[in-house]
Amino acid sequence: MALSLSLQSGKRASPVRNALVKGWWDRLPLLPALVVVLCVTQLPFIITLYYSLQRWNLVSTSAPRFVWFRNFLNAFNDAVFLKAVFNTAVMTGSIVIASVFFGGLLAAGLNREFRGRTLARTLAITPFFIMPVAAALFWKTGIFDPTFGILGWITDAVGIGRFNWISQYPRLTIILLTTWQWSAFALLILLAGMQSFPTEVAEAAAVDGASRFYTFRRLMLPHLRPFIELTALLTAMYVLENFAAIAILTNGGPAYATTNLSYYVYLEAFSAFDLGRASAFGMIALAFAIALTVPMLRVVSGIFKEGGRA
Amino acid sequence: MEWVVLLLGRGVAAIGTSDNSVGFLGEVIYMPTTLSRLARAGAHVSTLALSIAFGLFAAQPGHAEEVTLTVALAANPQMQTAAKLIDNFYTKHPDIKVKFQTLPENQLRPTVLKDVATNSGQFDIVMIGAYEVPLWAEKGWITNLSQEYVVNDKEWNADDLIKPIRDLVSFNGDMYATPFYGSSSFIFYRKDLFEKAGLTMPEQPTWDQIAEFAAKLDDDSTNTAGICLRGIPGWGQSLAPLTTVINTFGGRWFDENWEPQLSAPKTKEAINFYVNLLKEHGQPDAAKDGWQECLQLFTQGKAAMWYDDTVFAGPVLDQASPEVKDNVGFALAPIKEKPGSGWLWAWGLAIPKTSKHQDAAWELISWLTSEEYIKLAGEKAGWGTVPPGSRKSTYMLPEYQKATSTYAELTLKAISDADPLKPTVDPVPYTGVQYVTIPEFEQIGDFTSQQLAGAISGQMSADEAIAASEEKIREIMTDAGYIK
Repeated sequence: MALSLSLQSGKRASPVRNALVKGWWDRLPLLPALVVVLCVTQLPFIITLYYSLQRWNLVSTSAPRFVWFRNFLNAFNDAVFLKAVFNTAVMTGSIVIASVFFGGLLAAGLNREFRGRTLARTLAITPFFIMPVAAALFWKTGIFDPTFGILGWITDAVGIGRFNWISQYPRLTIILLTTWQWSAFALLILLAGMQSFPTEVAEAAAVDGASRFYTFRRLMLPHLRPFIELTALLTAMYVLENFAAIAILTNGGPAYATTNLSYYVYLEAFSAFDLGRASAFGMIALAFAIALTVPMLRVVSGIFKEGGRA
Repeated sequence: MEWVVLLLGRGVAAIGTSDNSVGFLGEVIYMPTTLSRLARAGAHVSTLALSIAFGLFAAQPGHAEEVTLTVALAANPQMQTAAKLIDNFYTKHPDIKVKFQTLPENQLRPTVLKDVATNSGQFDIVMIGAYEVPLWAEKGWITNLSQEYVVNDKEWNADDLIKPIRDLVSFNGDMYATPFYGSSSFIFYRKDLFEKAGLTMPEQPTWDQIAEFAAKLDDDSTNTAGICLRGIPGWGQSLAPLTTVINTFGGRWFDENWEPQLSAPKTKEAINFYVNLLKEHGQPDAAKDGWQECLQLFTQGKAAMWYDDTVFAGPVLDQASPEVKDNVGFALAPIKEKPGSGWLWAWGLAIPKTSKHQDAAWELISWLTSEEYIKLAGEKAGWGTVPPGSRKSTYMLPEYQKATSTYAELTLKAISDADPLKPTVDPVPYTGVQYVTIPEFEQIGDFTSQQLAGAISGQMSADEAIAASEEKIREIMTDAGYIK
């Protein structure tokens, strides 16, 4: 009723007001969806911000109280938090680089014609479609375990004994497992990139006597650049919140060697039940994630423009 | 990160729907529910749909003769059996319907805690561990069963419950949960390997003997570890066996003034003993292993001994490879100074204060923990999977004795010998055998077990791990106001 009234009155109003009403009238069908999106994304965000300013431990006997930014200040005095930041940086960085590298190698191999290529391609992308928890369980017992694992069996057969992989190199095992999953994803995008490389260009280069390495370095790589950027961005965004591998392989240990930010937020929220601190950590983690992804998004956004970057 | 935000958001929405929302919070919270209702309704676009939607929300069932109970359960085999046998409950109580919500153990705890702590009243019955019962009772989150029901329900026969287990689910002498099953810890060992090495396992071994056996049975040529012990971080993982070692060595977590005692000589000795035993003769890569991995190693014949929960006796005999199966022996938890060193754990069924169907909830939990139910589960689902350790009468049943002859007696003895009210040699201000019954213990335990895993993996020495943990514990305890 109110709406139709305003519409009627809008007819006699100034053209500017008329346009405004028309604009919102056009947007009307979109509004419900927008409200839903705001409710499920922005509202929890604001509430988390509110929590992060409180001292609120679910199991403690004292009632929640407002402490301003103490949770944030405490975070930077917390040795484990700083370690988690460091771990997140190391693990995310190496997983992204390694995934792009190995994904690129696999893509280069699969970009050639050979028998059984379809089968090889399917097998190569399979790791990405295995559920993270299942993959982590398999790697834990089937590969890293010194008693039951393949690695233990191989190193023993070679004569260098069995290694305690997860205890000795905890970060490396997480990086290996996650890289294994995400290089399949890199392969998927990079292969598409390579296949969109125009064959005429390759042929022309060959006619001009360019070596294969030269063709790759000077023609293929520049062509692939946006694809590599996109892969790195997406991988970084997902690997930042790596959780399953850590929870299954090490529980964040030993001595927090593999605890990343999201696992530490989980520990604070569901082991210490300190919702105030957990919210503050979540906020900081979010700030890091935005600081990392926004510049990358700006770089990558070029590829979404028509024609891409020359 | 996003999921935490979402989860917390959901928690808030939950508070909003309860009548117990507090001041400003209440206002903030009321908004999202209204907005989301609007949003959901708005998705239908037309005003007609909108009014119908509001109509639906407004139409609450006015008269409910039939009661539906929502039960939060841990996903373990005993509880799954219970869900299967529920039809027998329906025939007795046609007016009660039961909705089971089964969750993995580590998700059950946060889900239920969030529900109860925020008064959202989603559950009528919750399955909680022995650690939570006294803490939640103290906070007034769960119903006092002794006063409300147990005194009037002679048929349920509370005197039949095994005493330490009954103490475990009580607070100030009153029961706040009914024990669904109880367990202690003991040693699993391979009789054939002991015989081959010319060793005999006494019924009550000492830790020194265990260390000696482990050294002799540790065999690199067949990849068999001397002993399997938990090493993975988590207060419910590696700290459980470690704390029983600390207790029997004469150590303790805190003195009477809540001063942390990890670096006291006896506690230090116990921690060093655990770490060294595991490093020298334990399973390889121990810092990643919990009970799951040890169960696998032991049943596949890759460990000569295993110190863990009595409840795994059934699964071990069930899953062991043929050459292991006939050679599994059991012995009491090893001791040093203090006898009766096994731990004590129980899963209890409690009724949150917020439940609107308290009487119906009691009908269900008393049935699930009755003698009648135990007999029924034995007959219908097999005697090996009966919930153990809760009632003395279970151990008198001839069928149960026959099915569990190798370990039932030891389990009962281990449970009866444990004393959660006096777990240590020196006096302590806390209760609980393999944990300390204070809300801060999860945090303390998780931190300490992380450092312990660091020591087991060789990244730091046991003494360094102790020093780091003690500093953190003192910080937490000062912050929480225990240390003035």
